[in-house]
Amino acid sequence: MLMGTNLVNAQTPAAGATEEAPQVDWTGVSYYVLLFLLICVGVAVVGKILKIYDLTLKIQGKKGLRWNNVMGFICLAFLLAGLYGAYWSFTVQGSMTLPEAASIHGVKIDQMFTITTVLTMIVFFLTQILLFGFLFKYRHSEKRRAHFLPHNNTIEKIWTIVPAIVLTILVVFGFFTWQSIMDNTDAKGEVAAINIDITGHQFAWELRYPGKDGKLGPKDFKLTTAANKLGVDFKKKSSFDDLSADTMYLPVNRSVRLNIQAQDVIHSVYMPHFRVQLNAVPGLPTFFKFTPTITTAQMRTRLDDPKFEYLVYCNKICGGGHYNMQKVVRVVTEAEYQTWLSHQKPYLTDGLRKELHFAAAEPQQTVSQNRLALNN
Amino acid sequence: MSTLAVHDHGVAHHDEHGHEHHHNETFVSKYIFSMDHKMIAKQFLITGITMAVIAMILSILFRIQLAYPDKTFPLLTTLLGHFAPNGRISTEFYLSLVTIHGTIMVFFVLTAGLSGTFANLLIPLQIGARDMASPFMNMLSYWFFFLASVVMLSSFLVQKGPASGGWTIYPPLSALPKAMPGSGEGMTLWLISMVMFVASSLMGGINYVSTVLNMRTKGMDLWKMPLTIWALFLTAILGILAFPVLVAGIVLLIFDRSFGTSFYLSDIVLNGVQQPYEGGSPILFQHLFWFLGHPEVYIVIMPAMGISSEVMSVNSRKPIFGYHAMVYSLIGITVLSFIVWGHHMFVTGMNPFLGGVFMITTLIIAVPSAVKTFNWLATLWRGNIRFTPAMLFAIGMVSFFISGGLTGIFLGNAALDINLHDTYFVVAHFHLVMGSAAIFGMLAGVYHWFPKMFGKLMDEKLGYLHFWLTFIGAYLVFFPMHFMGLDGVPRRYYAFTEFASMQKWLTINTFITWAAIMAALAQVAFIYNFVVSIFAGKKTTQNPWQSNTLEWTTPVEHIHGNWPGEIPTVYRWPYDYSKPGAEEDFIPQTVPFSQTMSSNLPHDFEDNPAGLEELNRFTSTLKAEEKVK
Repeated sequence: MLMGTNLVNAQTPAAGATEEAPQVDWTGVSYYVLLFLLICVGVAVVGKILKIYDLTLKIQGKKGLRWNNVMGFICLAFLLAGLYGAYWSFTVQGSMTLPEAASIHGVKIDQMFTITTVLTMIVFFLTQILLFGFLFKYRHSEKRRAHFLPHNNTIEKIWTIVPAIVLTILVVFGFFTWQSIMDNTDAKGEVAAINIDITGHQFAWELRYPGKDGKLGPKDFKLTTAANKLGVDFKKKSSFDDLSADTMYLPVNRSVRLNIQAQDVIHSVYMPHFRVQLNAVPGLPTFFKFTPTITTAQMRTRLDDPKFEYLVYCNKICGGGHYNMQKVVRVVTEAEYQTWLSHQKPYLTDGLRKELHFAAAEPQQTVSQNRLALNN
Repeated sequence: MSTLAVHDHGVAHHDEHGHEHHHNETFVSKYIFSMDHKMIAKQFLITGITMAVIAMILSILFRIQLAYPDKTFPLLTTLLGHFAPNGRISTEFYLSLVTIHGTIMVFFVLTAGLSGTFANLLIPLQIGARDMASPFMNMLSYWFFFLASVVMLSSFLVQKGPASGGWTIYPPLSALPKAMPGSGEGMTLWLISMVMFVASSLMGGINYVSTVLNMRTKGMDLWKMPLTIWALFLTAILGILAFPVLVAGIVLLIFDRSFGTSFYLSDIVLNGVQQPYEGGSPILFQHLFWFLGHPEVYIVIMPAMGISSEVMSVNSRKPIFGYHAMVYSLIGITVLSFIVWGHHMFVTGMNPFLGGVFMITTLIIAVPSAVKTFNWLATLWRGNIRFTPAMLFAIGMVSFFISGGLTGIFLGNAALDINLHDTYFVVAHFHLVMGSAAIFGMLAGVYHWFPKMFGKLMDEKLGYLHFWLTFIGAYLVFFPMHFMGLDGVPRRYYAFTEFASMQKWLTINTFITWAAIMAALAQVAFIYNFVVSIFAGKKTTQNPWQSNTLEWTTPVEHIHGNWPGEIPTVYRWPYDYSKPGAEEDFIPQTVPFSQTMSSNLPHDFEDNPAGLEELNRFTSTLKAEEKVK
């Protein structure tokens, strides 16, 4: 009730202000202050009434308000409301979470997640019910005395060993899942992984695909210039056919190896639909191997959302533009992938060719470009 | 009355000093540069509460941004100036708010405010000492903390704003002043403040450990100490071992920032400009930071656990269940907390094998935590529960610890952490398990020992109101965040408006913000109650909660040296509540077994064969008498 009124009225001061000349709506402010004071007065009045009621009870020779009872019942009410609230939250908000994993290892992670959820939720509901149940049941009474029970070694051993066993199972399961996800060798019969370079900087991602040779050219941050944004080393042959891309296209059911780097500060490559995350750390190249299994088109039908896109976004605080550092990821069929790849521009642009030509004469021309403009 | 007070500011163990002398305390020596542990405790508490209120207001500010990312609030511009141009908090200042909120809450409120208050207040009072081992160092500890607080807050006065790289201040973001405005002077002040803070924390910690080890009264062996003391003692050990590592990390960061070294920096191109750093590793900082950072969360929660154990035992009128298990689990947590730090770094690019190892140690630490939870439940079972506000907050602490602790099993699992790392799931997890749980432990302590600190009682009804609004508010705020995290919503995002997939969470964000505002306003009930009770509260009796521990044997009026006359001797453990055969439902630690023959149990004489013999003789005569009858 209280919150409802506040919610409705919260819009007024904001709506009343104009963008150009922000004027403080002091009536709105004082309205809120008054409202709060009014609530305080209300609380004080209720407090006084309770006190008077308590006193009259005592004058009549009865016992005063039994607050231990009142609190006991509130605990019970909280337990019931809380159980319903948790149930509501699980069903309503639980259904708003990520769809099924769109990668092979993601399915394993989701299975682990389900098992862990079931086990922990049993403990959650059991312990909370016991906690608030005991509070209600054993609320204070003059007639009773507490049961003197300093310890009981048997039961203590049980509730040390049982969690230990459950946790061991989870650890073993989790350990092998983790190892299999982080395993960097190509599995038998697996088509060799496609190498894709993803480099984070404030505040965008740069993508580099290998050309026909399937190899990415080496990089050195000292070679970075305005045209050679990633510092690709063109002394090596494999660099010449590298491609740069705006959208991350991935062929479905093929192993992908994301080579993850950062130029300035730590970023994090986060692709939640594929259950992929790894930090991009300057000076520490890392990689994540995964196999997407559901194409964007399939996911759109499954979710009944024609606008659905897979995304990669930054998940490590990296500065003011951190909240908007996204790139679209499209999982497509092999044929679509090849067509798309053939349309990508080479990393070695004309400008870069020119610069490399001049590079011998002017080695250190590293004037900052409008990098910030990339932040959309 | 104070003629019997001890000279040397109460460090002496004995009180048989012949000469009497008056303390002519000035205002300055009594209230400002005080060396009395009780006054220092109050100083820590009031500074801690002030910092908590400030950090809470910061959180409301960024919650407003999250709830109404498209609206303008001209009032914000009036209040914050260029940090909130055109009625909206700027992206950089948003990150500053998040950073300083976290820093203040974790370090200034839940470390110094919690340990500083209760270690100072309770260690001498509950072990039977006249004061801390080194009162002067104790005073310095507070003033370093105070200075650290002032420096931390002063960063709001810097043109570019306070530090804004998150409370974990990972370099290179924090190391490169050009990487973001908050990495400029604000970051420098943050680092200076934290060095002073650690100095304060170490001086306090050394004091707590030496006091507990050396200054216990006669009869107070380690296994007769209340769990509060055990918890505060182990917390101090953790702090002494872990905080210096943070200083090491910070000093190297200062070197990287100011003297051109490359401890944490390598291969950096910032805004298209190559930086001259080579050979460093940003991961090194994370190792150093989390080597403190993880023990730090136990530094935060263990005092809360100790306080809750004590408060729940007193108010259930029942001994704490499994006292030994409670102590051993605290010790287990202390030891294990040093080998789990890598679970914060599963996806940082750390060697995956290490990830596996840290996952194993992390899930092991869940066992002692589970034991503690079950023991608390067993303590309530068949108790006679009095709902004082302190009791309610202790229960709230247990409830939060369960809810937040269970999600730790997800995050401690490296495989699951891949998708949950740095999302709102983590935010929900640690705000419940260490944020809310620890602050509830602290509030339980404030309500419980307020009579000891100020000689007055707080208003119970306002305490009830405060508890329920805060308890429900905290759950409303943090419970939905789990699901946001499961949808892959990252933390520290200025707005969710740029992502179509996140827009469905906007209404929930608004809801959370209003729940947070409600919980924040509920704190007014506490502050009002706290301040008014100090001056106009009902005068307390000596032992208002019918408690067993030593602090309630001291007079209500504080005196230097705590006890007039001799320090009482301790004969028994602190949890003899509702012992069968005893007249009252509590037997203070100072009552010898010879006075309670009817309630003694064989268990009480495990390491005292003479006493056991005495008891056997007593029970056999009792039986003989019964037969005669």
